[in-house]
Amino acid sequence: MNSVHDMGGMHGLGPIAPETDEPVFHLAWETRVLALTLAVGAWGKWNIDASRHQRELIAGRDYLAMSYYEKWLTGLIELIVKTGLASRSEIATGRPVKGASRLVPPLNAARVASVLAAGGSFTRDVAAPARFVAGDEVRARTINPAGHTRLPRYVRGRRGVVERDHGVHVFPDSNAHGAGECPQRLYGVRFAARELWGETSAKRDTVHLDLWDAYLEPV
Amino acid sequence: MTHAEHDHHHHGDEGQEPPSDLALRVKALESLLVEKGLVDAAALDAIIETYEHKVGPRDGAKVVALAWTDAAYRQRLLADATAAIAELGFGGRQGEHMIAVENTPSVHNLVVCTLCSCYPWPVLGLPPVWYKSAPYRSRAVIDPRGVLAEFGLAVGEDVEIRVWDSTAEVRYLVLPERPEGIEHLDAEALAALVTRDSMIGVAKVPLPSAPV
Repeated sequence: MNSVHDMGGMHGLGPIAPETDEPVFHLAWETRVLALTLAVGAWGKWNIDASRHQRELIAGRDYLAMSYYEKWLTGLIELIVKTGLASRSEIATGRPVKGASRLVPPLNAARVASVLAAGGSFTRDVAAPARFVAGDEVRARTINPAGHTRLPRYVRGRRGVVERDHGVHVFPDSNAHGAGECPQRLYGVRFAARELWGETSAKRDTVHLDLWDAYLEPV
Repeated sequence: MTHAEHDHHHHGDEGQEPPSDLALRVKALESLLVEKGLVDAAALDAIIETYEHKVGPRDGAKVVALAWTDAAYRQRLLADATAAIAELGFGGRQGEHMIAVENTPSVHNLVVCTLCSCYPWPVLGLPPVWYKSAPYRSRAVIDPRGVLAEFGLAVGEDVEIRVWDSTAEVRYLVLPERPEGIEHLDAEALAALVTRDSMIGVAKVPLPSAPV
């Protein structure tokens, strides 16, 4: 979706202002939001693409105003309600409805280290012939899906060169919407900065994106 | 603007106090989820402990220092970063598919995620606020030289800047250049010099401030 989260190439969003000796977390509640997001995620009621898309659905003016973990909290609450893990009224009161049975969390403390260290591969062992090989010229398609996509606006319609075949990866555009993983080839594609931004960019500078087969067309 | 609006627009990214209702909302959510048996309170503590104290840029620094001192490891890292990083015991969530990109006198690499906040957790830990914020996300791709200048790094016109926008589940680690004049240091001493920012590509590895 063409919302403000897709901000590559925008001007006017302020100075970067890195903080010296920045702590991992600034506030105690941020630590809980990170942990809750990972722990509730262990129920497998949604995937990482749905989780990203939920944050993209935050209205533009709020998205730009909220702190990072406030966006995570907002996304988490919406996913919990959507998937029926808890109701909005339970979240408002902080109390389960009367008579609700107590579940057993899938992620307990003993498993945390191994679960985080294992991660979860996003490649899939299915046949998906490579349409492109390194060196092929491609064009990022001009698409404007209203749902989730990982094809930023700033490369749509632009020509690049395939640099690398990453193998077959889960496709976020379908996976985010519960429409299946639709695994397909993922390519590392190099774009000349001037192709994206014009003559003011340095001649040799490049921008590299990882793009799924469905995002690309041959030139 | 009203006081409330002022608070809303300025907390968080600058590390100031959030509206207190945010902390209360999180507390209420946690207590609900624990009571429903949706999360285990001890598991939450273990997750926080992991990312606050165990996983972080010291791990990435060990990878870089080993690549600087062991030519065969450097080759393995550039050929298959996921496997090479796993040799040191690092891997997992948000680092399942790693690629290392090498800075040289003629190439400077810079990593960003314009769409959200993708970052190689197993080697760098959780990203700093600026990495996740709109100013960096928006400008790294269109004006990398201006962004680097904001970090105090001037990159010559003869150097090619490669910006890596992390649009998929592939995560990028910059292998920075080893500073001149510290060839006598072993991997452990070198690792102590490698900064998080140099592995994102917004800085070079600084020379030690005192002779070593």
